[in-house]
Amino acid sequence: MSTLEIRDLHAAVTEADGTLREILRGVNLTVADGETHAIMGPNGSGKSTLAYAVAGHPKYTVTQGSVTLDGEDVLSMTVDARARAGLFLAMQYPVEVPGVSVSNFLRTAVTAVRGEAPKLRVFMKEMRGALGDLSIDPKFAERSLNEGFSGGEKKRHEILQMEMLDPKIAVLDETDSGLDVDALKVVAEGINRFRARPGHGVLLITHYNRILQYVQPDYVHVFVAGRIVEEGGPELAKTLEDEGYEKFTAAAGAKAAS
Amino acid sequence: MSAVSGAVETAPITSLHALRSADPGDFAVPTGREEEWRFTPLRRLRGLHSDAPLGQAGVRVDIDAAPEIDYAERIIAPADPPGFLPEDRVSARAYAAAGTAHVLTVPKEAVASRPTIIRVTGVSDEATAGHLVIDVRPFGKAVVVLDQRGSATYADNVEIGVGDGGELTLVSVAEWDDDAVQVSHHQATLGRDAKLKHFQITLGGSLVRVSPSVRYSGTGGDAELYGICFADGGQHLEHRLFVDHDTPNCRSRVVYKGALDGDDAHTVWIGDVLIRPDAVGTDTYEYNRNLVLTDGARADSVPNLEILTGEVVGAGHASANGRLDDEHLFYLMARGIGFEEARRLVIRGFFGELIGKIGVPEVADRVTEKIEAELA
Repeated sequence: MSTLEIRDLHAAVTEADGTLREILRGVNLTVADGETHAIMGPNGSGKSTLAYAVAGHPKYTVTQGSVTLDGEDVLSMTVDARARAGLFLAMQYPVEVPGVSVSNFLRTAVTAVRGEAPKLRVFMKEMRGALGDLSIDPKFAERSLNEGFSGGEKKRHEILQMEMLDPKIAVLDETDSGLDVDALKVVAEGINRFRARPGHGVLLITHYNRILQYVQPDYVHVFVAGRIVEEGGPELAKTLEDEGYEKFTAAAGAKAAS
Repeated sequence: MSAVSGAVETAPITSLHALRSADPGDFAVPTGREEEWRFTPLRRLRGLHSDAPLGQAGVRVDIDAAPEIDYAERIIAPADPPGFLPEDRVSARAYAAAGTAHVLTVPKEAVASRPTIIRVTGVSDEATAGHLVIDVRPFGKAVVVLDQRGSATYADNVEIGVGDGGELTLVSVAEWDDDAVQVSHHQATLGRDAKLKHFQITLGGSLVRVSPSVRYSGTGGDAELYGICFADGGQHLEHRLFVDHDTPNCRSRVVYKGALDGDDAHTVWIGDVLIRPDAVGTDTYEYNRNLVLTDGARADSVPNLEILTGEVVGAGHASANGRLDDEHLFYLMARGIGFEEARRLVIRGFFGELIGKIGVPEVADRVTEKIEAELA
């Protein structure tokens, strides 16, 4: 059993002038293995901030609340320790790291997460298999990390890492954005492979209902103004698709004004 | 205090490189206020720039030449081709004091079957002058490694001629001991359709100042100048590039990368490119990037492009100094990789592209190892 528990999480971003601006205003969420949660919300609602705060990005400061993974305090861990503890963040905008090859990066990451270096031959076989599953050209492995990758290649590469690093809980930050329908299906298949195996939970952050047609969530959360304002089953995603976020943003606005 | 700075040279490039002479007396003793000297800590030069007597016993030179290459020692005669002419006082003093030159000649149409190694080993701190000539005759082709180590106070000139259709790769590695001081000038002249790949890899020494320059004597010349430097605490590593486009349809590329790690680590990169009125069809680009890894280190980077004709194919420059990118580190660490290893990966990647171009595996491996050791 694995459980990611987020309790009353408040987080702020550090602005260019050094001041803190609060973005998360009391998030409560529990993701257990075997579950897929979708977080949906309008632009600027703080969805990505939630992902980055859980992963430990230095730009964000947690000001209140807790995050635990199987009872362990995640917020006191360094970024790399969180990953080794079993958290994974698929980034919305993966950065390009010149001169670091995909295969070298993957082997280093796999070694760090598993605690021992896989035999080179075994690793190569595993990587080739994972590349094949995501319809990625094997030559890709010798390219510099994310450098010159198309948007779709970057996202597939994020899913590749998730499958190889095999975390307990994967947070996918708008992995569907910028993908054409073919790439979306490949990515969705990867996510479905991952969650079909026992012991894995998924937190899928998205702006659109589209990916949820391929990755059926168990729970849908509506995220507005830094917190979850509504929860439901997969049918909630359909309602949002039809009616938009206005109902929720208006309510959040009224509440803030009162 | 840490500084990441870009400065601007105040004088036109044409005037900065106007004076060339074999007579040291034609150059005044630098005071440190001159544009060419303002970055260099003169008091650490042990008089190389002023009047310290220059001998010949401070370094030992061993040559391991490819069988196709002729090696000789020759009394320096100013009129010898391909025509070396010093550009500053240190170079002129070294030229006057060196006495004999080590001369490597790649005969016409000869293709060297293996790299030629020139080992320069500093054996005492006696101020020493040296002169090396690499003369590639038409259509000759060679790879030369200039391997500099030990402890020395050394002023030297490297005279490079690549004849029509010739190709030379020169890999100069300065891996001096911590107390070494070197002021070096590499002066290249490229014939018609000649190619030069020049690497300057500066890793060791207290103060190392290297000035590679390129001139063209025929159309179609192609010069690629690459540099790698890693400055530790207290090291001053300075590279002053000059490409003088005075001939039509020639190409030049300059890519220098540096990393600085430690208190008072200082690097200087000056990239002067001059496109004279006759040099139509010139294609040039120069690039310098420095990674400042710690507080208290300083990288000065000054690209200068002076264009005196409107008819160029391309002319550009870029220069950037910065710290390790937090987003790079976050990405790698978010995959479980620890901070120190993430940092090493990023820095290795930063230099990797250039190391991959060296093309001499033993040297590439050694540079990689040395950089790894610097980071450990």
